[in-house]
Amino acid sequence: MIRFENVTKTYPRGTRPALEDVSLEIERGQFVFLVGPSGSGKSTVLRLVIREEPTTSGSVLVAGHDLGLLPPRKVPRLRRQIGTVFQDFRLLPNKTVAQNVAFALQVLGKPNRLIRTLVPETLAVVGLEGKGRRMPHELSGGEQQRVAIARAVVNKPAVLLADEPTGNLDPATSLDIVRLLATINASGTTVLMATHDNVIVDEFRRRVVELADGRVVRDEAQGLYVPKEAPVPAPAPERDPDDLWSDPDNGDWADEIVRGEG
Amino acid sequence: MRLRFLAGDVWVGLRRNLSMAVSVVLVTMVSLYLLGLGLLAQRQADAMKGYWYDRVQVSVFLCSRGSLQPNCGGMPVTEDQKATIKSQLEEMKPLVKQVFFESEEEAFQRFSEQFKNTPLVGNISVGDIPSSYRVQLSDPTRYEVVVSAFQNAPGVASVQDQEKVLKKFFTVINYVTLFAVIVAGLMVLCATLLMATTIRQAAFSRRREIGIMRLVGASNFAIRTPFIVEVLIAALAGAALAIGMLWATVHFIFNRYLTNIVLNQALISANDVWAIAPYLAGGVVALAVVTSTVTLWRYLRV
Ligand SMILES: Nc1ncnc2c1ncn2[C@@H]1O[C@H](COP(=O)(O)OP(=O)(O)O)[C@@H](O)[C@H]1O
Ligand SMILES: [Mg+2]
Repeated sequence: MIRFENVTKTYPRGTRPALEDVSLEIERGQFVFLVGPSGSGKSTVLRLVIREEPTTSGSVLVAGHDLGLLPPRKVPRLRRQIGTVFQDFRLLPNKTVAQNVAFALQVLGKPNRLIRTLVPETLAVVGLEGKGRRMPHELSGGEQQRVAIARAVVNKPAVLLADEPTGNLDPATSLDIVRLLATINASGTTVLMATHDNVIVDEFRRRVVELADGRVVRDEAQGLYVPKEAPVPAPAPERDPDDLWSDPDNGDWADEIVRGEG
Repeated sequence: MRLRFLAGDVWVGLRRNLSMAVSVVLVTMVSLYLLGLGLLAQRQADAMKGYWYDRVQVSVFLCSRGSLQPNCGGMPVTEDQKATIKSQLEEMKPLVKQVFFESEEEAFQRFSEQFKNTPLVGNISVGDIPSSYRVQLSDPTRYEVVVSAFQNAPGVASVQDQEKVLKKFFTVINYVTLFAVIVAGLMVLCATLLMATTIRQAAFSRRREIGIMRLVGASNFAIRTPFIVEVLIAALAGAALAIGMLWATVHFIFNRYLTNIVLNQALISANDVWAIAPYLAGGVVALAVVTSTVTLWRYLRV
């Protein structure tokens, strides 16, 4: 479903590659944890999958399509096949829960009739029945992430990407969220989740791909966060200082949508 | 993208950005109004040229009783002199397209008709306006040929070419047009910059929505159309106001106060406003679409 072939990615202003010679194959229907310390390149992998960034060399294939050969006007079609959730939820604060989920369908021009059935259905799947009229600020962090997941899967994508979806949540809520991702995976959606939450990885025992300094250092079928024989490293910091997208203290997550002086 | 969803999006965008939208409307209105005035001035000039070129370009005024011109020597033109002038004019075909004679009586009639509602009419009687040969040229720019041939001919009081009289008038009109078009050009530049700023402002205030749209795979068309439609609506509103103001200008000022003066038939009217309106509206649509597309392309990450 997702295939990396000797992918190297150096950001325009980066000094060293964020990813270096990464090869990886994720099959349809798999659930994969992408682990590694901050700055190891997890988010970069996800950005390459949705063609948010081009590769520097090597190729990324999604559902058999080489993204390097994909003309820009076909990128939206690719993204419709992929749902994405983030650590900071990225809900629209002035829309209700149901409107947030419906938005993803409306901007694709889906008919209202379809939206009216799909939205409550999806809210039920993520465990938010009856909360469609709430505003995001009236929900707990875990519930907000469920709304984000509902929005990501409402169009029934083949792949679900999650970039540290539990990074802002307490351990119990985090487990609930990953259980939800596992349920979605069980219905056939390929799930790729970047995390540095060792408890979760150890609890679910799924495939683990570990990155360190932009290289794949481990790929284990039913792995733990840390392989048994290695010593336990200090836990990774809560928030990634290099992550330009999700640091809420440093401006809006959407700031890079628009260029220059606002 | 569904039409109703698009309309809602545009409506929210316009309301959120109301002051910018209003300034786009006003600046577009002023620039198109000035541009329209320039175009109307040109149409006025064309209308007058057409009017005069269709009629007389050169008038050969003949001596009448009491003519003061030295050529006449105080004597009215004789029948012989008239015949000579006539045959000389006929010889100048094809440059001379048509010649007709206007007697003192006819001249008086025409004058009374043209100025019928003005006090001028009472002060003039038959004989005050001399009889003349009215000459229509196939090429109005070559009036000099006729003028030089008849200037000092016996029985000719004076030769007047309309071209010369009108030239001054056209020069004034041309300056007015030039001024209007230059100012309009500056205003159009302002309008363009303002549209670009408006788009950037709108994109900035909706960057979260745009971020989600890109993430879920909305097409560029879906992302950009609301912005383009917003600017388009503001610009078209400005164009409509400008066209309304042009119509009012022509209808109330021109046609009401300048009516019944010499060039009655050669005046522009509301029809001329309707004739230039599609160009103004079309121009503003093109400007808005191009400006917003270029701005979005440069400013919005896709
Ligand atoms: N937009 C960017 N420009 C320059 N360097 C970046 C950018 N995004 C990430 N990086 C760098 O790439 C490396 C990998 O980052 P990232 O993929 O975000 O890691 P992770 O998600 O594992 O924390 C880091 O060293 C980071 O500094
Ligand atoms: Mg990251």
